[in-house]
Amino acid sequence: MELPPRRNFEEVNDMAKLTIPEDELMRPGHMGCLGCGATQAMRFVLKAAGRKTILSIPACCWAVMPGVWPNTCLEVPELYTPFETTGASISGIKAALEVLGKDDVNVIGFAGDGGTADIGLQALSGVADRNDDVLYIMYDNEAYMNTGIQRSGSTPIGAWTTTTPVGTTQAWEKSPKKSVADIMIAHRIPYVATASAAYPEDLIRKVNKALSIKGTKFIQIFAPCPTGWKMDPGLTVKIGKEAISSRAFSLYEVEGGAIKINMKPKKTPLKEYLFKQGRFKHMPDYLINELESDLDSKWEELLFKEECSQKMLKKK
Amino acid sequence: MPMTIDEIPPTPMNTQDSRVVKTGGWRAFKPICDNSKCIKCWTCWKFCPDVAIAIGEEGPIYDYDHCKGCGICANECPVKCIEMIPENK
Ligand SMILES: Cc1ncc(C[n+]2csc(CCOP(=O)(O)OP(=O)(O)O)c2C)c(N)n1
Ligand code: SF4
Ligand code: SF4
Ligand SMILES: [Mg+2]
Repeated sequence: MELPPRRNFEEVNDMAKLTIPEDELMRPGHMGCLGCGATQAMRFVLKAAGRKTILSIPACCWAVMPGVWPNTCLEVPELYTPFETTGASISGIKAALEVLGKDDVNVIGFAGDGGTADIGLQALSGVADRNDDVLYIMYDNEAYMNTGIQRSGSTPIGAWTTTTPVGTTQAWEKSPKKSVADIMIAHRIPYVATASAAYPEDLIRKVNKALSIKGTKFIQIFAPCPTGWKMDPGLTVKIGKEAISSRAFSLYEVEGGAIKINMKPKKTPLKEYLFKQGRFKHMPDYLINELESDLDSKWEELLFKEECSQKMLKKK
Repeated sequence: MPMTIDEIPPTPMNTQDSRVVKTGGWRAFKPICDNSKCIKCWTCWKFCPDVAIAIGEEGPIYDYDHCKGCGICANECPVKCIEMIPENK
């Protein structure tokens, strides 16, 4: 089939000042929903990683998004791997490349929050333990979206999902969002970062940095899901930014045990962030207040950790 | 049991460019840019989840075969020169 030329590339205006790389390694025609944050995340990660990259993707929305066989929206090779095995699969790919004597290929695992915080956690812990030279990316849409919105360990308190129904049952998510980044920091791997699809420049810088470091690297990318969050698909970027300013999610990076917070925007009310999304619309005021003070103290904790890191770095 | 890489049977591979799939058919609202107001900051291009915006001389060039009409470009445009028009109009 005759395809039109890649217009993005051919018509690039030399005068244009772009803040992210112009090369597109993710094609149009993918199966992601309207306004999907996870597709933005992939686009940005590939812009940073470049063509010499092999991806490993487990069961998740991104296993479906490249397209129905024989189609693919990815310009780099990708291995479909069972749900719980992303960590092991990237170790294997890296080992195979070593046997072939290829040391200039980026090996990236790209898994959802369910595939990372829950079922893939032990494989991820294994790869971190071996400190294999790979990058693991968790795109965090805060539930099992591909199978129809079930709660995961990464679902925040108060959220509606099909397994945490609201209404008369009031069985909304009760346990706090599991911090996989903290789990990875505890593994003492060389680089751990959180990023957001709403801040591509920061995200791309982090992927570049991770790929320049030897050993296991982990990046958690906050990726709004209009379908699962019951929100306007046009608000993906706005909500992504409000997640940071309301302290629902924070952007930081940890290198050599020292933490650096990358963004400290003026605080916006949590309620404004929550009520743009149908999944939080039922939340009573007392719950929102409780959650807000929880998130505020988590933020204070983060600031304190950063201060300690600064002192530690000065001592070195 | 296969012993060498050549003995392993070929696995199905996805090799066809996904652009054969015209996701533009999903669209309910169509983004239209007023190029006279465009400041060429390329925020729309940066955030489009469907890679459906090209950087043109006068402003964004839309790939309506693939744009799904999410509205992110219109919402993020700092000078609000992109309008979302209902498809049935
Ligand atoms: C062992 C196993 N259990 C269950 C499934 C079904 N399954 C496929 S995708 C998925 C949800 C993935 O959720 P997440 O990792 O958060 O990615 P998302 O779909 O949200 O992008 C599930 C439960 C599976 N493929 N394999
Ligand atoms: S369900 Fe959510 S994460 Fe999955 S493709 Fe749709 S918007 Fe993206
Ligand atoms: S409406 Fe959405 S899919 Fe269409 S060009 Fe704008 S950002 Fe891209
Ligand atoms: Mg998920």
